[in-house]
Amino acid sequence: MNKKSKIFNSNILYTFIAILIGFLVGAILLLAIGNDPVVAYSKLFSSVFSKPKYIVYSIVYASPLILTGLSVAFSFRTGVFNIGAEGQFVVGSLAACLCGIFLKLPAPLHVLVCVLAAAAAGIVWGAIVGFLKIKRGINEVLSYIMFNWIAFYLSNYVVNLKSVHRDGGGEATKNILESARMTAPKDIIKLTGCSDANWGIILAVVAALAIWFIMNKTTLGFQLRSVGYSKTAAEYAGISSNKIFLISMSISGALAGLGGAVQTLGMGERISQFATQEQYGFQGITVALIGSSHPIGCIFAGLFYGAMKYGGSKLTMVNVPQEVVNIIMGTIIIFVAITHVFKSLLTKNKGGQNE
Amino acid sequence: MNIVTNLGLVINAILICTPPLVLAALGSCFSERSGVVNIGIEGMMTIGAFTGAVVAYYTGSGWIGFLCGGLAGAAFGLIHALFCITFAADQTITGTAINFIGPGLAVFLCKALFDNSSDSPALSPASKLPKMFDGKFAAGSFGYNVISTYSAAYLSFLLVAVIWFVFYKTRFGMKIRAVGEHPKACETLGISVIKTRYICVILSGFLAGLGGSFVTLSTVSQFRPSVIVGQGFIAIAAVIFGKFSPGGAFLGCLIFGLCNGIKSLLGDNHIVSPNLISMIPYVVTMLVLIFFVGKSRVPAANGKPYVKSK
Amino acid sequence: MAKNSNIDKSQVVIQMKDIVKKFGSFTANDHINLTVHKGEVHAILGENGAGKSTLMNVLYGLLTPTSGTIEINGQQVDIDSPDKAISLGIGMVHQHFMLVEPFTVTENIILGKEPVKGIVVDKKEARRQILELSEKYNLKVDPDAKIEDISVGMQQRVEILKVLYRGANILILDEPTASLTPQEITELMDIIKNLTADGKSVILITHKLKEIKFAADNCTIIRKGKYIDTVDVEETSEDDLAAMMVGRKVNFKVEKKEQEPGDLVLEVKNLHAKDYRGVEILKGLNLKVRKGEIVGLAGVDGNGQSQLIEIITGLSKAVSGEVIMSGENVVNKPPKYMFEKGITSIPEDRQKHGLVLDFSVAENLILQNFGKAPFSKHGILQKDKIMQHATKMIEKFDIRPVGCENRLAGHLSGGNQQKVIIAREVTNDAELLIAFNPTRGLDVGAIEFVHKYLVQQRNKNRAILLVSFELDEIMGLSDRIDVIFDGKIVGSVDGKDADENTLGYMMAGGKNE
Repeated sequence: MNKKSKIFNSNILYTFIAILIGFLVGAILLLAIGNDPVVAYSKLFSSVFSKPKYIVYSIVYASPLILTGLSVAFSFRTGVFNIGAEGQFVVGSLAACLCGIFLKLPAPLHVLVCVLAAAAAGIVWGAIVGFLKIKRGINEVLSYIMFNWIAFYLSNYVVNLKSVHRDGGGEATKNILESARMTAPKDIIKLTGCSDANWGIILAVVAALAIWFIMNKTTLGFQLRSVGYSKTAAEYAGISSNKIFLISMSISGALAGLGGAVQTLGMGERISQFATQEQYGFQGITVALIGSSHPIGCIFAGLFYGAMKYGGSKLTMVNVPQEVVNIIMGTIIIFVAITHVFKSLLTKNKGGQNE
Repeated sequence: MNIVTNLGLVINAILICTPPLVLAALGSCFSERSGVVNIGIEGMMTIGAFTGAVVAYYTGSGWIGFLCGGLAGAAFGLIHALFCITFAADQTITGTAINFIGPGLAVFLCKALFDNSSDSPALSPASKLPKMFDGKFAAGSFGYNVISTYSAAYLSFLLVAVIWFVFYKTRFGMKIRAVGEHPKACETLGISVIKTRYICVILSGFLAGLGGSFVTLSTVSQFRPSVIVGQGFIAIAAVIFGKFSPGGAFLGCLIFGLCNGIKSLLGDNHIVSPNLISMIPYVVTMLVLIFFVGKSRVPAANGKPYVKSK
Repeated sequence: MAKNSNIDKSQVVIQMKDIVKKFGSFTANDHINLTVHKGEVHAILGENGAGKSTLMNVLYGLLTPTSGTIEINGQQVDIDSPDKAISLGIGMVHQHFMLVEPFTVTENIILGKEPVKGIVVDKKEARRQILELSEKYNLKVDPDAKIEDISVGMQQRVEILKVLYRGANILILDEPTASLTPQEITELMDIIKNLTADGKSVILITHKLKEIKFAADNCTIIRKGKYIDTVDVEETSEDDLAAMMVGRKVNFKVEKKEQEPGDLVLEVKNLHAKDYRGVEILKGLNLKVRKGEIVGLAGVDGNGQSQLIEIITGLSKAVSGEVIMSGENVVNKPPKYMFEKGITSIPEDRQKHGLVLDFSVAENLILQNFGKAPFSKHGILQKDKIMQHATKMIEKFDIRPVGCENRLAGHLSGGNQQKVIIAREVTNDAELLIAFNPTRGLDVGAIEFVHKYLVQQRNKNRAILLVSFELDEIMGLSDRIDVIFDGKIVGSVDGKDADENTLGYMMAGGKNE
């Protein structure tokens, strides 16, 4: 009984229920437009699991998403909704890219410098919004949205600068130097068959563990959580909520910036001119929500999203619109959001049986 | 002469690019004022843009397409309402979900209908929204740019006044504002918080849908996945900027419109990078906020699910 | 004492029979009966949490009873919504006012029942009707002022007008005197008399015996959800009422030995401050608190108490003036500095300021000291030490349930939440302890606990500043009483010499001769 009620109270169970519902809704829609959901879903799964190469690709897709997911989750815990992870991701990748092109440094150091530059850019982008929030009382959601677009056009502007733009065809920057790439060792690439295999996942997992540690074990985390739960009580106890907001929005920005670095140094090699927003930040919101805003949950949620994204991109091969993935993800989070409804339904029924 | 023509061009650009923002922003006002955060405006616009284009394509009528775009948005408004009012889900999460489902479903259905193409077929001028006084002015003249334009654009501006009137002069408007500030007080006076919020959220979807379909039924002439991208968020920003009042939100939308107008005027000269010009509206909005507007007072009950005691 | 002659025994307007209301396994109302006549003032007496408000919410249609029947004017009715209650002529003035802050007085009164001209709300007509009602019952309001700009007393009159505007014949007043001056209370009693003279019935929910003796005809007593009795007020003494309310004899007096105060700890000099709207709220306030004394700050809500405490604790800034703590001017320093200087406080709103409700009891107990040894080392929290500390405090302060170290503070009862705060603030060993309405919403047992603790701390030579809107509490505990009115101290009396009338006079702005 005790074990049972523990299961019924665990968020993981409800996340799985939400995932099931998501796939169910996707299946209904596929049926409605005359596609066979079995064909579609088997393609989706085989595209992820049938070869080690595919699995590695899914992980490669997941790494930046884990980081933007962490970014959003971290801000959630302090009561801020970082809808600006998108822009922080963009300036992060831009900073990493520029350092990767122009700095001449030995291999491991070069990567480190690029990664730090990306984090710094993310911090700046997040901290400005934080500063405006605490100094001028400007609603952070509004500033985040503005800064997403400023980052977007800034990146496009920089991409088109003569010294940055690549010489050959394509609206993109030059490639970053070999020494700045985060690519995994040759042997691993050979072994897995994934030419984009990179260290990003290690960075993402380390970041998740670090965030978990900061949140739960340090005095900084104590302050962050107390402000997130009750700004008024925290202030009364002498914790400066302004300072905490600034720190949390900066760290959150750093994480999204790291996501940008992983994408550029690990996979992209360069930045292309954007036609529309890249969505890494917005997808990070989904990752955070599926992961219950828990750092470790974000790792799994990010892997799930990465797999769905990678597998989804193969759906066109069986004439299935890959947008079904977005619909499934949206459905999942909307049902994650009503976990409490399921919980009260399930626990109530159970109570009735036991009495 | 040149100045007048240029002015005409700028106004024309405003008349083309602000109506979708204005409509969506008015929608956002309804929802936020009643106490429901609606970050799903973006998704509602996209589904409206798609539905508008497709219905107009099949019926040949821009107006029917426009209306159906609104209804599609309203349907998503209903979903938002169902989850965050009835089930008390976090409003931001529900909105984020709608931003995935709306655009996803739009492209999904587009591919299903049009042979795996993510763009809908181009609309003939006859099946788009009509222009007023078509052919009465010489192409490029001030009158051509300012008067002979989409009547729906002027309609959306008129709607600002109508909705201002509803908000501040009618019983329904008082109800909306009260429900967003102090739902409990409303309940003790026999006002249904739930019903009022449902109406407002569905209306917000309807208006966002109209805004979306204006885009596809005016200049763009077809649905494309990138047709809305970001406009819903800009509308939300305009509302926060305008302190949640229809007039203020309209002003916020105009800043974007004006900057776009200037952009289209400078359009082809390569003295300034087009990317930097595109950045102007966002930078200007931030500067206005920093130096002039400052704090935006959010309706007191905004974002809080209302749970009725039993 | 002037008794109400308006009661018409032949007409029963409310008859509630065997009302039961359960929330899950908890029974808030257990077979309660209530009979009210036309023109009667009927008091409902009970402690906090006894079930008075639940009963009234049932009558007003906000809650559905689990069982029991209600008759209004002899007709059995099913009140399933406030709408229904309003249509039956029932109106309720809630303890926490149900007013929309940014709206005007007029808008608040007509909300939900607006007069219209075509489709436009007819503000002119609304104004006319309101002024008419306000004249008839002597309820003075400014119809065009915004709620956020008017006094608590006027807000209450707005609430009463709201009810009358809807044509109510039965008015439920839930703890109506909680934040009024003695003079305002007298005015309210006159208003109640006007209402009953007009044939209206009033239900007065309160735990103040004096008011019941003064205004009510009959009184129904509820204890722990159970119906105890209905008595004729004139024939029942205050002591008997109190005994019925708590189920035992109550000792309201706190024992306190004579003690000479020591050195000056806190001195506030010529303090000026503005509230969030920019209106001057402190106008040159002076105050002294010395070691080993309790200084009571008497006054009606809204005269600058909150701002004063916020400035002393560092939460908001003064425009000018000094806050001298142990010889150092600390005005406008941040909260952390104030805390380290030896200022601690039991905040007015424990759920908003006192506790992080989603934190465990253990975490709440170190909310200020988390950064210090032994609770953290090099920025890392020391869980064992934190838990040991919590266990010790839970035992020492009798925080219940036992073993609640990891329980969320939000899941404790009000009294136990207050104990957590006291445990935290008292063990800080600070020189100055500020207690702001420390017993608000607590039951008698918890009140006694808090009062004893304050006196004990005083005896340990601590300086204590007690701010309370309950005059009885101030008079019972303080060695010296300062009266605050309109942002200034308008008078100071020795605790022993204090009497309610002079204090009440000063609280309303009169000078102490």
